[in-house]
Amino acid sequence: MTDQDTRSTQTATHSTERTGSTDGTADHVLEIRDAEVSFEMDRGVSRVMDHVDLDVHRGEIIGVVGESGSGKSMLASSMLDAVVDPGVLSGEITYYPEDGEPVDVLGLSDRKLKRLRWEEISMVFQGAMSSFNPTMGVREHFVETLEAHDDDVEAGMERARELLSDLYLEPERVLDAYPHELSGGMRQRALIALSLVLEPEVLVMDEPTAALDLLMQRSILSLLEDLREKHDLTMVFITHDLPLVAELADRIAVMYAFELIEIGPTDEILRHAAHPYTRALLNATPNLDAPLEEMRSIEGAAPDPVDVPDGCTYHPRCPLADETCVADDPDFRQVDAAHEAACFHWEDAAEAVPFTGVDVDADPQTSITEEHR
Amino acid sequence: MSGEPLVSLDGVEVHFEESQGLLDFGEPEVVRAVDGVSLDIEENDVVALVGESGCGKTTLGKTTIGLQRPTGGSVRYRGQDVWDAKDGRGDVEIPHDEIRRSLQIIHQDPGGSLNPNRRVRKILEAPLKRWQSDMSAGDRRREVRSMLERVGMTPPADYAGRYPHQLSGGEQQRVALVRALLMDPDLILADEAISALDVSLRVEMMDLLLELQAQFDTSFVFVSHDLSNARYLASHAGGRIGVMYLGELVEIGPAERIINDPKHPYTKVLRWATPDLHAGSDAPEPPVRTIDIPDPTDPPSGCRFHTRCPEAREACRRHSPEPVDAAADHEVACFRELDDHEYWSSPPLADEDESVDDAPPSQPSPAE
Repeated sequence: MTDQDTRSTQTATHSTERTGSTDGTADHVLEIRDAEVSFEMDRGVSRVMDHVDLDVHRGEIIGVVGESGSGKSMLASSMLDAVVDPGVLSGEITYYPEDGEPVDVLGLSDRKLKRLRWEEISMVFQGAMSSFNPTMGVREHFVETLEAHDDDVEAGMERARELLSDLYLEPERVLDAYPHELSGGMRQRALIALSLVLEPEVLVMDEPTAALDLLMQRSILSLLEDLREKHDLTMVFITHDLPLVAELADRIAVMYAFELIEIGPTDEILRHAAHPYTRALLNATPNLDAPLEEMRSIEGAAPDPVDVPDGCTYHPRCPLADETCVADDPDFRQVDAAHEAACFHWEDAAEAVPFTGVDVDADPQTSITEEHR
Repeated sequence: MSGEPLVSLDGVEVHFEESQGLLDFGEPEVVRAVDGVSLDIEENDVVALVGESGCGKTTLGKTTIGLQRPTGGSVRYRGQDVWDAKDGRGDVEIPHDEIRRSLQIIHQDPGGSLNPNRRVRKILEAPLKRWQSDMSAGDRRREVRSMLERVGMTPPADYAGRYPHQLSGGEQQRVALVRALLMDPDLILADEAISALDVSLRVEMMDLLLELQAQFDTSFVFVSHDLSNARYLASHAGGRIGVMYLGELVEIGPAERIINDPKHPYTKVLRWATPDLHAGSDAPEPPVRTIDIPDPTDPPSGCRFHTRCPEAREACRRHSPEPVDAAADHEVACFRELDDHEYWSSPPLADEDESVDDAPPSQPSPAE
């Protein structure tokens, strides 16, 4: 429904009927409209991403959170038109460069797509080992990437050394090594450096730290924050780990059963999540500062992709579900200026699924800062 | 503390030789996976071992349940040396078979530990056949069903007829847990048994572990890299958290003390590394001087944490701290616990010194 106007509009301002997680005010670097990914399977068509609308603001870090099988990796791949066969991606993805014409990502030729992927929108996926060629030294990876994109190798390698150094790595030692000679944490940081060597505007990361120790994960996150500032990057950080990304992200988008169900500023989501699933997810998250008795899991299980419930996909697990939720799929509702939730009963969510951890609603400022130490 | 502990580790060392390849005749490199750890596990005890990967926590766990032979020190089960029993050395009071039955494990990847070609019923009846051979077929079947029901897999007859691949990850983990429990063990090692599960299922699985732990009076050693999961299990069970670093147990104590009043600088770092939903959205600099773990084949001299420790001083380079009592049941291996140690008069380690050892020269100044 919004396909035509996004394609023809130059600026980021356009109107949509679906409020969705779209807004007309901020400076957008990526706009995703009605994106959908489906697979043909023996058991039927499996829709692994369903009608996702999302705006990524220039310069922000947005965290996309979902459990395994929620469709979050599909969203990451979609942003680069990199959904693997036999998955079929439809919808509209528009990239707005800092200067220049908007780019219709799904309409690009293979050659232009290849350029876009490293030079404008870059990506880091989980498991750096499979992203590196084990028979090639780390230096060769950098050189090859620079050459493939007709970049000045000497200047590029200078950037590479600086990036590696900013990531707490010893540049020459890492460049001289083979991928398997580095520890998991070093390899993942080298991969982040590689993904930034062509100075992209957007970095999409899908579980970039999931295989690493918490200490390394947190360390990398704090380094990413520094890199964002230094290079004016926009970052999309996709993870199952809400507390991890909450430390980093300006906004959080929550996916459940292949759909985006809530989006808002991080503090808003943490304190006033309006979707019952998001609230339940927050309650299920072990937290060192929460009283022990207060953690509880979410009843039931996430749906099978070939057998997604009608209406709101969360209704079989939701304490607020009624006939409306069984019959209709809720659109996004405006909770606050920048906060939206796809729930008919969001106004009752806080009461139905009270936060069990910290008393967040009472006095946000104080209860949050002085919880510990 | 009275009587013989269930399992007692005394000065346990596990050193692995890493071969250098066929044509290399040099000295093999030795990985000191566990180095001089002493630890008692009591009846009905819960101990969570935490630390970064490569710190030796899984190896220590496996040594505790007699799956890994130590290269030094001893492992005793109710006073009987586990490896003497295995090798038939000396007077064996408790046969090795009984020790094996009594010490069980559930793995991180339950799918891989369940035979894919056998139905759940067969998988679960096997331990009963082996250990309770006088049980009738009907009783076995009833026992399996009742256990499945107890772990929430209902209707049990339906689950008993399934193959492992027809179960979700959480359900596979439950089957692995039931299989371990059917051996009627005294101690179960749960090796990262929660990590593979989705966030929303973890609390449920931990609650189940706790419930069964209380019902069966089984002791648990729970290995995790995640301090919040470790705390959840250990605190609820009134147990302890043990913190490992490069093969050594650097701090151990009651769970809530370790969380709320950590003493060892490394424990404090792990505490920092555990994401906190309500701490606001700034990610401060890591409170370590280098973020990479040193090479375990060549651990630093003195206190092994000195190359990363924000509190390290000259003394930490030269001497290795012994565990001392910080409070009842709370031991810490750090000089900072000793008021009159020369640590306090020795100069702080400057970062230039570090590049000599193993830290990158690009290291920024210490955080905070």
